[in-house]
Formats: sequence, C-alpha cells, structure tokens
Amino acid sequence: MFSLRACLVVSAALLATGVYGVVARRNIIIVLLSVEVMLNGAALAFAAFGRQWLGAAGHAGQVVVLLTMAVAAAEAGVGLALLLAFERHRRCVDSDDARTLRG
Amino acid sequence: MTHYPIEAQLHWIVLAPLLGFALIGLAGARLGRGAVSLLGPAAPGVAFVYALDALQALRGAPEATVLAEPLWSWLDLGALSVSVGLRVDALAATLALVVTGVGFLIHVYSVGYMGHEPDGSYARYFAFLNLFTFAMLVLVLADNLVVFFVGWEGVGLCSYLLIGFWYRDLANSDAGRKAFVVNRVGDLAFVLGMFVAWRAFGTLDFARLNQEAHDDGGLATLCTLLFFIGATGKSAQLPLHVWLPDAMAGPTPVSALIHAATMVTAGVYMIGRLGGLYAVAPATLAVVAWVGCLTALYAGWVALAQRDIKKVLAWSTISQLGTMFVAMGVGAYASGLFHLVTHAFFKATLFLGAGAVIHGLAGEQDLGRMGGLARRMPVTALCTLLGALALAGVPPLSGFFSKDAILFAVGVSSVPGRSALCLLAWSAAALTGLYVARMMTLAFLGAPRSAAAAHAHEPRGTMAFALLVLAALAAAGGALGLPEAVAHGADRLGAFLAPGWAGAGHGPAAGAGGHAGLLEAERALMLRSGLLGVSVLAVGVLACTAWGGALEALFEADPGLAALRRAALGRFYVDEVYGAAVVRPLVAGSRLLWRVVDVGLVDAVVNGLARLVGLAAVALRPLQGGLLRGYAALLAAATVLLVVWAARGWFR
Amino acid sequence: MMSDHLLSLVTFLPLAAALGVALVERRAEGAIRGLSLLASVATFVLSLGLWAGFDPAAGFQFLEDAEWIAPLGARYHVGVDGLSLVLVLLTTLLSPLALAASWRSVGRAVKEFHVALLVLETAMLGVFVARDLLLFYVFWEAMLIPMYLLIGVWGGPGRFYAALKFFVYTLAGSVCMLVGIVYLYVAKGSVGFDLGQLASGAALGPSEERWLYWAFALAFMVKVPLFPFHTWLPDAHVEAPTAGSVLLAGVLLKMGAYGFLRLALPLFPTAFWCFAPLVAALAIVGVIYGALMALAQEDLKRLIAYSSVSHLGFVMLGIASGDPLAASGGVYQMLNHGVSTGALFLLVGVLYERRHTRLLGDFGGLAAGMPRLATAFLLIALSSIGLPGLNGFAGEFLVLLGTFQVRPLWAATAGLGVVLGAVYMLRCYQRVFHGEVVHEENRGLADLDARELACLAPLGLLTVVMGLFPGRFLAVLDPTVRALVEGGGP
Repeated sequence: MFSLRACLVVSAALLATGVYGVVARRNIIIVLLSVEVMLNGAALAFAAFGRQWLGAAGHAGQVVVLLTMAVAAAEAGVGLALLLAFERHRRCVDSDDARTLRG
Repeated sequence: MTHYPIEAQLHWIVLAPLLGFALIGLAGARLGRGAVSLLGPAAPGVAFVYALDALQALRGAPEATVLAEPLWSWLDLGALSVSVGLRVDALAATLALVVTGVGFLIHVYSVGYMGHEPDGSYARYFAFLNLFTFAMLVLVLADNLVVFFVGWEGVGLCSYLLIGFWYRDLANSDAGRKAFVVNRVGDLAFVLGMFVAWRAFGTLDFARLNQEAHDDGGLATLCTLLFFIGATGKSAQLPLHVWLPDAMAGPTPVSALIHAATMVTAGVYMIGRLGGLYAVAPATLAVVAWVGCLTALYAGWVALAQRDIKKVLAWSTISQLGTMFVAMGVGAYASGLFHLVTHAFFKATLFLGAGAVIHGLAGEQDLGRMGGLARRMPVTALCTLLGALALAGVPPLSGFFSKDAILFAVGVSSVPGRSALCLLAWSAAALTGLYVARMMTLAFLGAPRSAAAAHAHEPRGTMAFALLVLAALAAAGGALGLPEAVAHGADRLGAFLAPGWAGAGHGPAAGAGGHAGLLEAERALMLRSGLLGVSVLAVGVLACTAWGGALEALFEADPGLAALRRAALGRFYVDEVYGAAVVRPLVAGSRLLWRVVDVGLVDAVVNGLARLVGLAAVALRPLQGGLLRGYAALLAAATVLLVVWAARGWFR
Repeated sequence: MMSDHLLSLVTFLPLAAALGVALVERRAEGAIRGLSLLASVATFVLSLGLWAGFDPAAGFQFLEDAEWIAPLGARYHVGVDGLSLVLVLLTTLLSPLALAASWRSVGRAVKEFHVALLVLETAMLGVFVARDLLLFYVFWEAMLIPMYLLIGVWGGPGRFYAALKFFVYTLAGSVCMLVGIVYLYVAKGSVGFDLGQLASGAALGPSEERWLYWAFALAFMVKVPLFPFHTWLPDAHVEAPTAGSVLLAGVLLKMGAYGFLRLALPLFPTAFWCFAPLVAALAIVGVIYGALMALAQEDLKRLIAYSSVSHLGFVMLGIASGDPLAASGGVYQMLNHGVSTGALFLLVGVLYERRHTRLLGDFGGLAAGMPRLATAFLLIALSSIGLPGLNGFAGEFLVLLGTFQVRPLWAATAGLGVVLGAVYMLRCYQRVFHGEVVHEENRGLADLDARELACLAPLGLLTVVMGLFPGRFLAVLDPTVRALVEGGGP
C-alpha cells in the first residue's frame, strides 16, 4: 500500500515545480508560492523517509514536517511584509526590478 | 713626558672663532654693526694669540715635540675607537699661525670691504668667515683623520656658503654648488682612503699612521693615492680644478682667505701631515709631483689669457698650488710648506690689492677696463706690486726663496722623469712672470680705459692697514726660510719643521746639511732663477706695452695662435667636457630613469597588477547582478551538481 | 610598582589618551589638541626614564610577561634592548613634534585626527617593544589603519590613490608574513609565539627556512622600502599631511629594517646570510637610484621621499653587509634619518602652510625674507647629506667603513650616493632659497614663528649632538646589534 518510490516521485515533482517557479517567474508572489511548493516537496520526502526507515520512531519525520510548516509560515509572513514594502515603494512586484542596493 | 701649560688651552684656538660664529650667527644684526666689526676680527685674533703661545712652547721644547689636548671620545666600538683631540706640532703651529694671522688681517680688511652691505648680510658674512676659520683650524689641529675630515668638509661648506654669499644672483649660487659638489667627488676618494688606511693599519691617528706606515701589498700606495684625489678636489689640481675659477664669484676677501691663502692649501698640508705615510709610497709621490707640475703649467697658460683680474689670480693660485705639490711630490716637504706660507702672504696681498681695485672701481673686474691705476691709487699699486714681484720670484722677495727651494729640490730629486719634470717646472715658473707682468701692466700702467678707472679711489682705514701689513709680509716673508746657501742656519722654518718628518725620507732641500757641492749648485741655481724671474717679468711688461701692437697683430694673423688664445681663455674646454660627459647625462639620465623606469616600469607593473584585479572583478560582476532569478538558478544548478557528485557511485 | 610597568605605560599612554580625546566634545578643539600634545609629551618624558634606567650590557630589560591568548600560547611579552630602546625614543620624540606641527594645519575632523595619531603612536611603540610574534603582528597591522586614515582623510588631492597604494602594498607584504608566522608556529611545535624560543627552538629544514625567510623579508622590503618596492613611498609622502609624513619617514620606514634585524635575522639566520648579498645589492641600487630620482623631482616632498629611499639603502647595506660596525652604523643611520628627514618634512610643512605648493619652481629667493627658515633648512639638509660633524656623517661613515672591510667595491659604489646626495640637496636648496624672488606670492612670507622653532629646535639640536657625540648613542645600541649580527640570538 505505502510506496516509498511513489512518495519520492511526487516529492521530486513538487521540488522541481517549485524550482522552476522560482527561477522562471518574475512575479515575487509567484516566487514565494513556488518556495512554499519546494518546501512541501522536501517535507513529503521527510515524512516518507521517516515512515520507511525509522519504524517505531517514524513520527520523527512528521515532526520535521510540522517544523517546516511553521518555518514556511514565518517565512511567508516576513516575505510578504517585504513584498508589501517593496510594492509600496516601486508600485510593482517584479523581482527583476529589485536589483539595486539603493532604496 | 713634559707637560706644557698651553696644552690645556689648545681648545681656545678653535673655540674662539666658533664662539664668534655662534654669537654673530645667533644674534645677527641685533648686535649692531660696531659689535660685529669688533667681534668678527677678534675671533681669529684671539686664536692667533693662543697659536703664538703654542709656537713659543714648541720653540722652547725639544725637537719634534707634539702638544696634545684630548677632548672626548667620538665613538668607541671595540675595534674602532675614534677620539676627538687637538694636536699641535711644528707643522700645525705654522699653519695655525698662517690661518689665524692672515685670517685676522683679512677679517680686518673685510670690515672696510663689506661696509656697504646691509646689517643682516654684514653679520652673516662675519659669521661665515668665523665659521670658516673654525673649520680650518679644526683641520689643522686634528689629531686623526676623522676630525681632520670634519674640518676638511667644514671648510668646503664655508666655501660653498661664501662663494654663494650674494645668493640673489643664481650664478654665484651655482658657483658655490659647483665647488661643493666637485669637492665632494674628491672627498669620496678621501673617505675611501680612510677606509683603506683603517684596513691596512688599523688606525686613523696621524701619529700612528706616520710611524707604522709600510706598503704591504700596495695598500699604502692605494690609500695615499685616494687621499691625493681628495687633495686634487680641495686644492684645485687637475682634474678637479674646475671649481676654483668659478669660486671667484664670492667677495674678494673670501677669495683671498679661502681660495688663496688657506683652504686650498689644505691638500698640501694633508700630504705634510701624512708625510711618513707618503714616504713609503714613492709611486704616489711621483704622481703627486707630476700632477702638480702639469697643473702648474696648464693653469699658468690659462692665467695668461684671462681678462678678469680675479680669474688671473685664481688660475695663478691653481698654478702655485701645483708648484707646492711638486715640492711635496719630490719629498721636499719643508720647501712645499715654505712656499705655502709665502704664497699665503703674497697671494693674499694680491687678492686684497685686487679687492681694493675692484672696490675703488665700483665693482669693475675686467682688466680691459682698467689701466693707469698706479697714479690714482699709488698705495694699492705699490702693495700689489710687492705681491706681484714676490709671485714672479724676483729676489729678494719671499716668493723667490720658496720657489727657488722647490726648483732646487726637483733638480736633485730622484723622481721618475726628473729632467722633464725639471723643464716643465721651470717653464711654469717662467709663465708666472709673464701673466703677472700682463696683469700688472693692464691694471696699473698706461692710460685709464674706462670712466671708473679714471675716477678710482684709494682704500682707506682697515683695508689699507691690512693691505700694507700683508704686503710687508709678502716682501719680507722669505726671511723665514733663507736657503743654507746664503748663510748657515738661515733656513729657520725648515729647521723647525723638518724634525717632524725625521726618518720620513724627505728630500735634501729641507734642512740639507752643509754639503759643499750642493751648496754651490744651489747658489748657481739661485742666480739663474733670479735672472729668469727678472727677465721674464721685463719681457712680459714689454710685451704688454711696447710690443703690444705687434703681438696683437701676430695673434690676429696666425689662426693657430688665435685658436690657442681662445682655448686658453676657455680654460682648454675642460668644463665643457665635464658638462657634456658628466653633468648633462646625469641630469637628463635621472629624468629619463624616473619617467621610464620608475613611472614607466616599476609603477606601471604595480598599477597594472591593480588593474588586473579590477578587470577580474569586472569579469565576475554579472554573477552578482542582483537578479533574483539568476541567483536562484545558480543555486539550483549548484545543488543539482552537488547531488550528482554525491551520488556518483550510483551512476557507474 | 610604576617602574615594573613603565614600558607598558609608555606604550599604552597614547592609546589611553586617544580614548580620552574620543570622549571630549568635538567642538573643544583646543582641549583636544592640548590633551593629545600633553599625553605625547608625557610619553616622551616617561620614555626618558627607560633611557635612564637602561643598562646597555644587560640584554632585554623592562620585561613584562603575562598571559594573553592562552590556547594559542600567545603572551603579552614586552621588553626593550638597545635596538628597541633607541627606536622607542625616536618614536616618542617625533610624535609630539608631529602633533605640534599640525596645530594649525589640520582644520577638519580635528578629533579624529588626534585619535588616529595617538593610536598610531601606540601601535608603533608596540612593534618596537613586542617580544611575542603574534603581539608584534597585531601592532604591525594596527599601524596600518591610522596611517591609512591619516593619508586618506587629511591628505592632498590624490590621497585616495596614495592611501590605497600604501595600504595594499603594505598589506600584501604583511599577509605573506602572516602566512609565515602561522607556518612557523606550527613547524616549531609547542613553543608558542615567544621570539626567543622561536629562534632557539627546533631547527627548520633549509628550503623551509628559505621560504619562511622570504615570507617575512617581503613584508620588510616593502616597508623599508627597498628598490623595486619603493613606489608607494613618494605617493604616500606627497599626499600625506605634515604629521603623517613626519611619522611615516621618521618611524614607519624604520620598521622594515627593524623587522630584518629583529625577526628575519634571528629566526632564519642561514637564509638571512644566504640572501644578504642580494639584499645588499638591492640596497646599493636603492642608494644610487633613489639619489638619481631625487635629482629629477620638482616636488619637494617627492624629492625628500626619494632621498629616503637612498638613505634607507645605506641602512640596509649596513645590516646586510655582515660587518657589526656597518650594522651599528646602519641602525644609527635609522635614527639619523628619522631626525633629519622628520625635520625636513616639518620644514616643507612650514613652506606648504604659507604657500600651498611644494613645487620647486614656485619658490626661489626665500632666503632673504625668511633667514631663520633658510638656516634651519640648510642645517637639516647638510645633516641629511652627511656633512661631517653632523649626525648623518657618523652613520654613513660607519656603514661604509664596515662594508668596506668586507666588500670594498660595495662601499665604493654606495659612496657615489654621498656625492649625488650633495647634488640633489643643494639643487633643492638653491631652487627654494637662492636667486631673486620671481613669484610675487613669495614676498613678505612670515619667517618661522616661536611654535615652529620649538618644533624644529629639538631636532636641529639633535643633528649636532648626534654628530659630535655618536659614541653616547652607539654605546646603547651597539652591543645589541653586534650580538644580533654575530649570531648571539635575539
């Protein structure tokens, strides 16, 4: 019923989708979304590996997933705040516009 | 060992002028003109009194006594220990008396001569002159080479300061610089000579150098040669003579004191001081004699063509110094020193006379614009005439006896090429008569050739006083060292000096015994040289007056003679050769080196390296362009690569 | 109690004063200047106590040894021997003079200027007293920052280029040294950084020793500066403010030669003597080359900078010749150069304050209006070109005499530098002071005032005293230098 291989395929697909989004899209909101997708890919791999190899302590993998979710939430909060500040300043959300160190 | 009370007082001989310098130099014009006029001459005057004391002590003491006053240890580093001390023997006492005596008179003369100077400059002049006296006395009284060298370069410095005294004219300043730098070239050789001496003999003390001198492996020859190169600088001998004629840019009393009577004779004194060392290096002595003789001849020729009265005297000084070196070179140290003393008298007289003329003619130095001065300034003319006759070697004036002693010494010496040397020395002596006659005739006889000459006035006061005393010395100075041929024991100077070189192999002319044959030869020689002096002088005067027109026509007609005259006037172009071979390449070369090597090569490499780093940075800049997606792609690609690398075993 | 820590007191008093100055209200410039000057004068007075209590025969004295970075074995270990002592005194003497000379000429960021200068003084003193290699390196690098700021902030128009060049040049050298230090620390095992133990510890392999020697020597050659590492010096001098130039020429240029004697020689004796002929050759080239460069310059500071290259060549020749007399002469020449070149830069500063130019062509005929300045300049110039009776002669004489005993041709060649010295210095003097006044701006310039005279008088006096009584100074430094050169360990 549980298949490590299937989980890892889905995980890799999620990660690749996220990477594609981060690299290819210029809209920072989409970039942030893609980062979340990548995180979920990694989290899935954690959960799957925990189930497969850790036996009785398998929930350790799920703990990491929860931790990742918390980090993702914090990251989304900070990221969106920065994005808002940037948007207010520049009137756009294009990451290519954010290339100078000057304000 | 006897102690003499004067030994504890010797430092006053050098201290007096130093104090004079410090007082006048620090207080300057604030002292007031009167105080400077008193203090300035007082400094060498006091030194003269102390030097006389030393002389008295020496005359009462056994032969070859040395009065010494050790002062302090300059440095003491194991092997090398140099102390500062003063030392007065017969030789040093003689020189010290000349320096302070003639120096005093010239200081007195300067009070009048420099009277037109503004207060500040007047004080500066006497400060420098006192400093010079100090440095010269340090040189004379030094007891080792290091202290001697302090005086040696010290007088060079004062010479620089006084030649460039009127520094607003850059030509004067240039002349001073030239003197200093040319002397530095000689001084480098002198310092190297000191190093050789220390290596060879392990000491720099005069006494030990003279006693322990030996010529193992030619080191004594080498170091004496190096010292002599130093002397060619200081005493203006070939090939380092070029600075002395230019040095006439200084005030005339300076020329009299520094560039005739005292400083330029330092080289001769040095050889006398190191007589024992030179005695073991006959090769060097031969070089000294030959260089001196060639210089005497060469400078005599050039003197014959000069138009500036001071330049004539300057070239004459070079020529006479050459004569002194001839004496030193044939080992007749005492005769050389005798000539040094008489030369100080008569050349100072001549310079002071020339100074009086220049002063009387409001600065005119061109012989061509003088003439007929004998009527306008009879006292000056008489004094100058005495000096001139002494220079030309007319008996019984001082120069006759000293030059005669040298010619005799050359004749009986064993120097290589003696006959040729003899001939050249006699020719140089004859030339002296000619240029002296020319100078005197042009200046004092005939009709005035300029308004200034027609309105010349006699010097008064201090100038006249100093001139008269020096003229008397120039006339009667020969009495110090009448030859044995005249009367037994008449050579008092020789007898006083000679024991200092006992065993140093000095020539027979100094204190020669009463060998009948030699005495006879000397009498014959005196007759001949006396006749030569008088007749050449007469020919010279005639050539400049009665035959003047014919001679002029001859020179005009023959291109060879005209070229010769131009060459003599142009000093035989030695300065031009130095300019082209040394000075200009040096200046241009240093500019070129700076532009090409320093800026173009060394700095370019450094800046090039810096630019290379900058270029590398430019090349890498796109990696950090601030493009978020770029960073992310790089990150992803690097992660992939890392994963692939980590899993490389899998793919095999 | 106090005498136990006298050396630390001398070393750190300027730093403490720098902290004090930092607390003073920015606008109270008088207080800042006064406090700084007072502290540096006090440092000088205290350092005289070192001189008075020093016994030339007894090696290192005023030693202090305390734990510093225990895990590394680095200790706070300081002490002075004859070599260090004279350089400490030179530093404490020149620092207050440099401060006093900037009384009027530094007008902006006065507070920072004085802090930088005081920090620099402590760093320089630290280099001379450190007996621990790591401590030495810390002070060595610490010197760099205030000097960089002095040039870069208070300098002339080209100051950025000059400061960067100075910084990068020196840093490139010292990074090599740092690598050397780390390697040496590892190679020597567990002796820590103590200089005495590093020198006497386990022997290094021959090629190892040579590499390490070069790592250190490169840093020192840049600092000396030896040809061809000298081109940072003219730029740094031209742009630096007067105080910076005085300390740069007076003290910082001594660091290279000091490093050779204090570190390179005792730590790597075989390599040192193996490459000594090369160093001597570079030194001789520097003597002649520097003099020729000085001859071609139109800027006074650049001219003096190049003359420093020439003089430091004499110093290095003395050290590298292998003769103890020459080495002592070389060290004495370090002091002479500090005194006379320091004074020369003070004098150029005086001229610059009045005319805001340093080009020879802008002067001429100043002697008439400024007799005191002309006299002072002449005295210092003569001391710089080694007129016998003044200090420069004693040093050059010993260097050449000593060198001549082992390598006559080296000495004779370097002697040409003495002749050239007269050429460029008198040319410079003539251009500035002789002739008629051709530029109207030069008329009516004020002569030296009391403050300037007070700055110059100690140095002028020293040129005479050190020339007449070199034995007094050499007696202090000679035993140390002799022991170093003859291989008696540091």
